[in-house]
Amino acid sequence: MSITLHYFASLKESLGRASDSVDYLPNLTVLDVWALANQDQPLPNLILAAVNMDYVPLTSLVEDGDTVAFFPPVTGG
Amino acid sequence: MIVISENPFDPWQALQDYQTSAAMQGQYGATTVFVGTMRDFNDGDTVKSMTLEHYPGMTEKHLSNIIGDAKQRWAIIDSLVVHRVGDIYPDQPIVLVAVWAAHRGDACDACRFIIEALKSNAPFWKKEHLSSDQSRWVTHNSKGYLNTKVSD
Repeated sequence: MSITLHYFASLKESLGRASDSVDYLPNLTVLDVWALANQDQPLPNLILAAVNMDYVPLTSLVEDGDTVAFFPPVTGG
Repeated sequence: MIVISENPFDPWQALQDYQTSAAMQGQYGATTVFVGTMRDFNDGDTVKSMTLEHYPGMTEKHLSNIIGDAKQRWAIIDSLVVHRVGDIYPDQPIVLVAVWAAHRGDACDACRFIIEALKSNAPFWKKEHLSSDQSRWVTHNSKGYLNTKVSD
C-alpha cells in the first residue's frame, strides 16, 4: 500500500534526492502526495506532475501502487 | 523508430542506415529531416558543455504518442527520432527527426509537428555548464526564432 515518487532535474537537485515512497491513503491527490513526502513544503512554482508516466493536474487522485513524478518544464530538443 | 542515445551519434549515418533497412523502398517521395545541434552560447553566455537528463519510460511513451498523433494528422510512411542524453559538447547533435512520406507537405508538416511537440512535451531537461565553471538548468525553450517578430 504505497505510492512511489520520482523527482527530476533541478527539483531533484534542490531536494537532494531522486525518489520517495509514501503510504497510500484513500482520496489522495497528487498535491497531497507531494505534501506527505515533503513535510508540507510548498510545491515550487511551475512544477509539473505525471502519474504512471502521463501528465496530470495536481488535483488528480492517485491509486495504490501509482508512480508519481514531479519535474520542471521540459527543455529537450 | 525512437532511439534514446547515451552516446554521440552521426545523424546522417543514422538516416542512411534507417532508410536502407526500413521497408519503404519505392514508396516515399519526400523526406524531411531536422537536426538539432548544441550551440556554444545561450542567453549571452559561453556554454562549454551540457548534460541532458530524461525520464526513462515516460520519454519513450510520449515520443511514441507524438509520432502516433502525427500519423493521424498526416499521411506519413515512417519516422525516425534519435535524441541524446548524458554529456553533450558544442557541435554534437542533440536530436534527429526524420519523416518519410509520399508527398512533401505531409513530410514537412509532420516533421515540424514532431520536433515542436517533442520540445513541449517530452521529458528531457538540459543543464548547461558555462565557461565561468558555473552550471545552470535551462528553464524554458525558445520560440525557435532569433527574431521573435517572425514567430508572432
